[in-house]
Amino acid sequence: MDHQQETSIIMRILWLLLMVGVWSAPLSASSVHTIRITTEASQHGLPIAIVPFTWEVPGRSPPEDVAAVVRNNLERSGRFKAMPPGDMLARPRSAEEVNFADWRILNMENLVVGRIEAGGSDEFQVTFQLLDVGKQEQITGYRFNTNRQDLRATAHHISDIIFERLTGERGAFSTRIAYITSLNEGTSNHRLTLTVADADGHNPQTIIESSEPLMSPTWSPDGRRLAYVSFENRRPGIWIQEIFTGRRTQVTSFTGINGAPAWSPDGRLLAMTLSKEGSPDIFVFDLERSTLRALTRHFAIDTEPAWSPDGKQIIFTSDRGGGPQIYQIPSSGGEPKRLTFEGPYNARASYSPDGRLLTYVTRVGRNFRIAVQDLRNNQVRVLTDGRLDESPSFSPNGKMIIYATRVDGKGELAAVSTDGRVRQRLALQRGDVREPVWSPYTR
Amino acid sequence: MLSTPIRYLMSSSLVLGLLVGCSSTPPSTGSGAPVAAMDGSRQPGASSHSAFEYFGTPGTGIAREGGIPEGEEFDDDYYYSPYQDQSASTTPTNALEVRTIYFAFDSSEIHADFIDIVRAHGMALASNPNLVVTVEGHCDERGSREYNIGLGERRANTVKRMLMAQGARAQQIVTISYGEERPVALGSNEQAWALNRRSELVY
Repeated sequence: MDHQQETSIIMRILWLLLMVGVWSAPLSASSVHTIRITTEASQHGLPIAIVPFTWEVPGRSPPEDVAAVVRNNLERSGRFKAMPPGDMLARPRSAEEVNFADWRILNMENLVVGRIEAGGSDEFQVTFQLLDVGKQEQITGYRFNTNRQDLRATAHHISDIIFERLTGERGAFSTRIAYITSLNEGTSNHRLTLTVADADGHNPQTIIESSEPLMSPTWSPDGRRLAYVSFENRRPGIWIQEIFTGRRTQVTSFTGINGAPAWSPDGRLLAMTLSKEGSPDIFVFDLERSTLRALTRHFAIDTEPAWSPDGKQIIFTSDRGGGPQIYQIPSSGGEPKRLTFEGPYNARASYSPDGRLLTYVTRVGRNFRIAVQDLRNNQVRVLTDGRLDESPSFSPNGKMIIYATRVDGKGELAAVSTDGRVRQRLALQRGDVREPVWSPYTR
Repeated sequence: MLSTPIRYLMSSSLVLGLLVGCSSTPPSTGSGAPVAAMDGSRQPGASSHSAFEYFGTPGTGIAREGGIPEGEEFDDDYYYSPYQDQSASTTPTNALEVRTIYFAFDSSEIHADFIDIVRAHGMALASNPNLVVTVEGHCDERGSREYNIGLGERRANTVKRMLMAQGARAQQIVTISYGEERPVALGSNEQAWALNRRSELVY
């Protein structure tokens, strides 16, 4: 069965399920998207050569190019400049086969070699070695038993090991992203989905689909649940769904807006926007006790709460000063303090995992772009150059920001390194994609 | 050259003059598609409280994308008005035919072109206590989505307050904000944005 046919059958099944309304699924459904990755090559970063891993499994063809996954991951981080395989003078399969002079002459500081062999009880055995070209020695090396389905996960794991050894910081390549896809917009068959995928955009799995708007997905701190807004009852409500079981519960359905859920770092509280008392204000809902506490009371629009990593502060968007700007308020209550002063429109802010930076959407002339603000000196840097960039979300190591952009009138996801050096589009072939949120670390 | 909002302000008094005294004219059937028809899932008229039996065919003379100059960059305070639309084959003659109120960017102010329209709906609701209307608030795609949910609600509430000022009761009016989630015009351009910044009265 070719892929297109398979997709259309899956879509027809989805369509049938949707006749009865919203469809939620545990995180195991087969993927229906195909992903195309385009990279703006890094001109900076640590030079590294990742030699294509030799395929040593008789009678089978490689399901994934493991070295290419690793190369793509490391480049996307903005910290590495990976050598194109076509420029390599040799393709050793292990450290013993390496002639270090071949790589020194190409100014490579680090070299990765590897091979994939038939495994024992598992299908494959992946071996890799990270080598220091200058010192002519191995930095680290591992062997993994894996199978066809987990080969990409193994490649992400290898990427994490290399990233951590060479930068001293934890990699985030094994984490996931969630986002909203809009399908068939402008037709009577309009569908919204909430999808979870690997951090590089591969392996997408729809966890809920609806004919009514879905928006504002947000991860629980344990990475096992998503809160989001669904209009499935013809009004907005906040829902929580377990991604591995598909089990879901409605948290709120107050009159007016039920929006912008945000989990506290300890997972006990959900900050949200409610307008039940007239105008949108920030509330904090206790998930264990089912109690609700108002944090702001103002006739302005107060929305998009986000917690500081220590849980002591909440930032939010408010137009109490005229246009939308970012404010901070103690999560226990108090006086809001304005944090953004540059530009007429700043919204949807969130903290970096170390609490030192904010990222938000900022208006620059007639464009909306992603900015980072350093909270120590309040310096603002605009990282992107699109017309309609929005919904920035930090990776759990704080090194990258995923965001939504529009390319040729179509919503796509992109990632930018927090230093602004490297941007990469994660282009999905189907639908209009938006509101990406990066998962926390789950191990 | 005059800026866009000034041009509209200058002609708005003429438009209000046109509206008065034309309310009994039978609805004309323009060739343009009504805005509501662009969203197939929410065709109004099926409800038992349909206002159309009172007010005739909806939507005639309402916004077309062709009525907004192409390729032009507007000030943030530009808003679409069917009364300014040179491409419209008919100008709305009955204020109650108009069910969509358009706004400027990040604004919930009801402009002069629409004030008599909203008042007419308010009076109709006041004199038909069983009539119920849903006032939807919508935004263009620019800016953040949850902020736009807030802005859409503010637009719907502004319309609701003006309806109530004419005697409509709160129980007759349901408000809902869809933010930027339900555009009527697709595309990332000034024309689409102008048509999407709106409040719809759905009977």
